[in-house]
Amino acid sequence: MGIEGIGARVLRKEDKRFITGQGRYTDDHKVAGMHYAAFVRSPHAHAKIKKINTKAANQMSGVVGIFDGKQLTGDGIGNIICGWMIHSKDGSPMNMGAWSALATEYVRYVGDAVVVVIAETLAEARAAAEAVDVSYKVLKAVIDPEDALKNGAPQLHPEAKNNTIYDWEIGDEAATDAAFAKAANVVEMDIRNNRLVPNAMEPRSALAEYDAAEDHFTLHTTSQNPHVARLVLSAFYQVAPENKLRVIAPDVGGGFGSKIYIYPEEIVCLWAAKKARVKAVKWTSDRSEAFITDAHGRDHVSKAKMAFDADNRILGFKIDTIANIGAYMSLFSSSVPTYLYATLLSGQYNIANIHCNVRTVYTNTVPVDAYRGAGRPEATFLVERMMETAARQLDVDPAELRRANFVREFPHQTPVIFCYDAGDYETSLNAAMEAADYANFEKRRKRSARKGKLRGIGMSCYIEACGIAPSAAVGSLGAGVGLWESAEVRVNPVGTVEILTGSHSHGQGHETTFAQLVSDRFGLPSENVQVVHGDTDKVQFGMGTYGSRSGAVGMSAIEKALDKVEDKAKKIAAHMLEASEGDIEIKDGEVSVKGTDKKLLWHEVCLGAYTGHNLPEGMEPGLKEGAFYDPTNFTFPAGCYICEVEVDPDTGTTTIEQFVAADDFGKIINPMIVEGQVHGGLAQGIGQALMENAVYDDSGQLLSASYMDYTMPRADDLPSFKVSTTETLCPGNPLGIKGCGEAGAIGSPPAVINAITNAIGHNNLPMPASPHNVWAAVQAGE
Amino acid sequence: MAKVEMTVNGRMTSANVEDRTLLVDYLREDRNLTGTHVGCDTSQCGACVVHVDGKAVKSCTILAVQAAGSDVRTIEGLAGDDQLHPMQEAFRNNHGLQCGFCTPGMIMSAVDMVNRLGPKLDEATIRAELEGNICRCTGYHNIVKSIAAGAKAMGKGMKKAAE
Repeated sequence: MGIEGIGARVLRKEDKRFITGQGRYTDDHKVAGMHYAAFVRSPHAHAKIKKINTKAANQMSGVVGIFDGKQLTGDGIGNIICGWMIHSKDGSPMNMGAWSALATEYVRYVGDAVVVVIAETLAEARAAAEAVDVSYKVLKAVIDPEDALKNGAPQLHPEAKNNTIYDWEIGDEAATDAAFAKAANVVEMDIRNNRLVPNAMEPRSALAEYDAAEDHFTLHTTSQNPHVARLVLSAFYQVAPENKLRVIAPDVGGGFGSKIYIYPEEIVCLWAAKKARVKAVKWTSDRSEAFITDAHGRDHVSKAKMAFDADNRILGFKIDTIANIGAYMSLFSSSVPTYLYATLLSGQYNIANIHCNVRTVYTNTVPVDAYRGAGRPEATFLVERMMETAARQLDVDPAELRRANFVREFPHQTPVIFCYDAGDYETSLNAAMEAADYANFEKRRKRSARKGKLRGIGMSCYIEACGIAPSAAVGSLGAGVGLWESAEVRVNPVGTVEILTGSHSHGQGHETTFAQLVSDRFGLPSENVQVVHGDTDKVQFGMGTYGSRSGAVGMSAIEKALDKVEDKAKKIAAHMLEASEGDIEIKDGEVSVKGTDKKLLWHEVCLGAYTGHNLPEGMEPGLKEGAFYDPTNFTFPAGCYICEVEVDPDTGTTTIEQFVAADDFGKIINPMIVEGQVHGGLAQGIGQALMENAVYDDSGQLLSASYMDYTMPRADDLPSFKVSTTETLCPGNPLGIKGCGEAGAIGSPPAVINAITNAIGHNNLPMPASPHNVWAAVQAGE
Repeated sequence: MAKVEMTVNGRMTSANVEDRTLLVDYLREDRNLTGTHVGCDTSQCGACVVHVDGKAVKSCTILAVQAAGSDVRTIEGLAGDDQLHPMQEAFRNNHGLQCGFCTPGMIMSAVDMVNRLGPKLDEATIRAELEGNICRCTGYHNIVKSIAAGAKAMGKGMKKAAE
């Protein structure tokens, strides 16, 4: 592998600019003639727009344009799309309401954009936005997803009767019911998965430049997938044809899903730059704006029951879920509570019969879409809370109940679409139990009890699906795009290498790990390799980074392109060395004939490719190859997490005493970076379990809409984590990679709640397990 | 408008700014020092921490005019040209950053922590002292490691300087 090859803990190439303040995020970019946008947003959760009066605002200093939704739609700017068609179980297509980037007739959540003001300075834009007078007829709002389905509930969109977007199912209901009829024991649970706000530290930002002479736009934006952004902005929103629109996602400060989507603000900045006849328009969200405009995550309400036979084998699993999608359907929103969720309900277990029904509803809240894990955390929470609860009710050890039901033979076809290709769940369970000193927990519990504290331990054996995804498969399930990835490897005449990738790094360290593939292949130092991403003028096309797909899909594309480069370089070298191509070896920067002392330096071969003086007959000069990689299956990372907590019954405060993670991510390119991904995922999952919660009041005001109110983990809320990995290679891609970006956030919430419910001795505890909720649960008892 | 003069990263600066201009906006917009970031609007996240007269300050909490006459240091001026401060080095060596957005504030807070409390910092102290800085990527695990290592390296430097 070499010191910088696959498996090496290479320090990150990108770090120097970040630690010295030289990172270039969207808001750091300035251009001459730049103006600023400020949005007038709805203060009401549901209202009809009566009148918009811009007279006073128009006369204010610096104002160059004030535009509303009617002007936007009048200019032919298309409605915001949801890119995944879901059909209800009766075969009807999902009921999608219209979403205009600026509201036209109705507003449907607090934060819905109504008017944009363009002015010379940010202060002027904001002052004028304050002076825009919008009068509303306030309508009744509905916030809770269960309420949205009730008779007489306020209706959001005429297209969606009873606020229902689809009523979808997966699995065989009759067979599942039959399995329950034979059960020796049935365990039932009601579970709510709390609504979260992603909160990447860099707020979203857009800088739209318009070149009137060329009729050409350039958009710098905080995006996880700039190529898809360009496609959608062009093909669906009609902002500009693709060849007249360049999208650049420069350094991006975290995404976690929230920067996948193309939001109203990007569309409006592009359109308004041209309409106001200015060179550029910049908008940067402040944090308060982010809370009410960035897509939220989770927000499921489920009833679940699991059937067991007399030997504690699972016979069936039945789930009824209501998913809150918010006021509009965001880009991937329809897929999250369906194919990214219910397909994981088999967990790590051999379950012959599963049925899940999902009703997805509109409410007067911020749109909900994929947030780190996207559906898989919701599934894992159900499965692993259920397993723990079942173990307690059946009076068996939670680890033993899991062992008794593990999938042990691969490939394994579940009843909910997925075919697990490889895994070894017992090994990660054993590794986690050993690392957690599970055997001696009772001693530690007694020690805590002597201090008046309640100690608990809980586990979670998660499985998830990454590497999204085989294009034809997702196409048949309703996806509007293919989910392959592209790469181009450009070898320069001096032997240095550029990798152009359609993946996008917003913290994942691609500039380092992708370079490791080249180091591994040709023995070149990673400083000779440059990774280029995030610019539609440089990279041809790509699908971006989400769903932990950059390893399994993005790197596979690079491997394919490297195969082609290696092949051509060997042909050239064989010709130059007058040897057979099969005898050529590339290693440590040298190209040699096996078993002889005949060799060339790597750069001599590269130079040869570009001079073209001595190439095999008919070969094109140059050394540059591209590849598109379309995966053959999803990948299935899995592992076991164990959480140990101490609860103070007097205050309800929970302290995480230890957190152990044993993950199987398949092949690991850079263990340092993988561990970092796990740490971060765990923090977000523990955050969901202990403190994070997006809370609305009945009128639809988001109460937890700042860092003063929405609690995220700080350093002293968390312990140092004990992480390790086991390895079964993924057979589906050339490197054997499964993916690691979301596992921590997927697997950890049930481990935490299982530990706290173990500590307090009963299950009557909502998530998040805030001190108040835990204290109340201790007081209330079972 | 007010005329504001202050030293920024060792250089005298002078500008006319609106009275309401925050120090962070002065640094980012007037001085083009975009390494200091804005992650929130309630002084919670710490992405904007700079040093004012040697002390860590959230530059979103004070006006530029309040810093008049002060010696301000930002992440760009923490080390000399082409050099890394030991704390910067420690963040790189311990993978103490991912997206990099909170990193400048983290590093400025960490240096201040060592300046105030000395180079021997245990994990509990580091975690408690990081109360004013939010990171969403790293789970803090490697930030804590970085600060412990950076503090140790700064301690060696301090000892050397004393000798």
